[in-house]
Amino acid sequence: MTSSRAAFAAILAKDLRSELRTLQSLPAMALFAVTTFVIFRFGLDRTQLSGSLAAGVLWATLLFAAVLGINRLFVAEREEGGFDAIRLAPIDRSTLFAAKATALVIYLLALELVAVPIFALFFLQNLGGLLPLALILLLADLGLAVTGTLISSMAVNSRARDLLVPLVLLPLVVPLMIAATGATEPLLALGGPGYERFGTWLMVLGLYDLIFGLVGYAVFDFLLED
Amino acid sequence: MYGKGLRPLSIATVAMLAVSLSLIFFYAPLDADQGFIQKIFYLHVPLAIVALIGFVVGGVFAIAHLRTNNRKWDAYSYVAIHMSVIFGVAVLITGAIWAKASWGHWWVWDEPTLVSFLIVFLMYATYYPFRYAIEDPERQARYASVFAITAGAFVPLNFMAVRMAQSLVHPRTFATANGGLPGEMMFVFLCSLVTMALLWVTLVKFELTAKSASGQVKRLRRALDAPAPGASSRIAPEVS
Repeated sequence: MTSSRAAFAAILAKDLRSELRTLQSLPAMALFAVTTFVIFRFGLDRTQLSGSLAAGVLWATLLFAAVLGINRLFVAEREEGGFDAIRLAPIDRSTLFAAKATALVIYLLALELVAVPIFALFFLQNLGGLLPLALILLLADLGLAVTGTLISSMAVNSRARDLLVPLVLLPLVVPLMIAATGATEPLLALGGPGYERFGTWLMVLGLYDLIFGLVGYAVFDFLLED
Repeated sequence: MYGKGLRPLSIATVAMLAVSLSLIFFYAPLDADQGFIQKIFYLHVPLAIVALIGFVVGGVFAIAHLRTNNRKWDAYSYVAIHMSVIFGVAVLITGAIWAKASWGHWWVWDEPTLVSFLIVFLMYATYYPFRYAIEDPERQARYASVFAITAGAFVPLNFMAVRMAQSLVHPRTFATANGGLPGEMMFVFLCSLVTMALLWVTLVKFELTAKSASGQVKRLRRALDAPAPGASSRIAPEVS
């Protein structure tokens, strides 16, 4: 137990340190998000957004920015032989899954720390919904992280890795996006935040996280066999 | 080996198809509201139910593959999903025809069952490029099983999320239609459901038999040192 906790901490620290030193994913994700907001501003021809339009723009942008990071999640492992090292190490393989998913949650939170305030600055009139939005962001990030880690670990060992993540991940996260946008929509309403079916959507998000967390944990072992 | 019992199964399927179709057209009463077009219900709904169950069955085979490491189960899982995707195309087409006839539009976003099915179909449509992208056959089989299990868990969750996304006041005309079906309609519907399930099983068995035969031919050719004619499929698993 302690050894896998140590391994978890080591892998997570390694990931965060290498991201901090190389800045491979995060700046690109943030830049992509901001540019996408600008494109939506002209594509929709709106200077202010509220309700379902605001929720849709925010979540579509965050999802596509997340795909960028998910694509790169296991690239170092593949190129530098990290998969072999994990296979040789006397640790539970699911440790890698947990550490990578946690790293991805941290990346996504960092992305949102930049993207959501800029989104609010660009488009929102009423900022009252941002605090409860953090709860939705956190739960959706968990779901995105577990499915993203699972798909990314498979895609990186395929011929078409950059293609496979968006292709397989997008339909898989449709329920997550339904729940996230459903909860966000009343929060960003024009007349101030509403909480219509807020709890129900949070429960759907939690259920999604739980189910795919368990599925990922159960099947990840088979992805590392060789 | 896979061909055993295929002939009686095929005969039973054809017979049931004939019985169901005659029941649909000559026995089932005309729907008071929708008239003749409602008969497509007896094809559309059973096809959809069988396709969805087929997807989940593919996931169960995938679990068997990961547990036993027997490649046979990967072939089962592949064929089950493959056949369900084909059924899925039929579901979407019959659904569109029915929607056009009864609601006046080819596609209706308000109907949760329709939208859920489209999302599930899109999910499973990525199964083919996914398999194709992985070269090593053993890894392909393992990854495909992981995909099938993940997608199998996704099916019920997706149906729940889409249904909840509809406003609660929206009437669910067809989603709960089974409960309100009169006896004769219910009987025809159940007959049709059994027929479609039989059709699915027969087609799955046919494809497995064909795969096993071509695998044997390939092995014999290899034993004779004869070159294989043309490239074989890289997506479909080989069956021994």
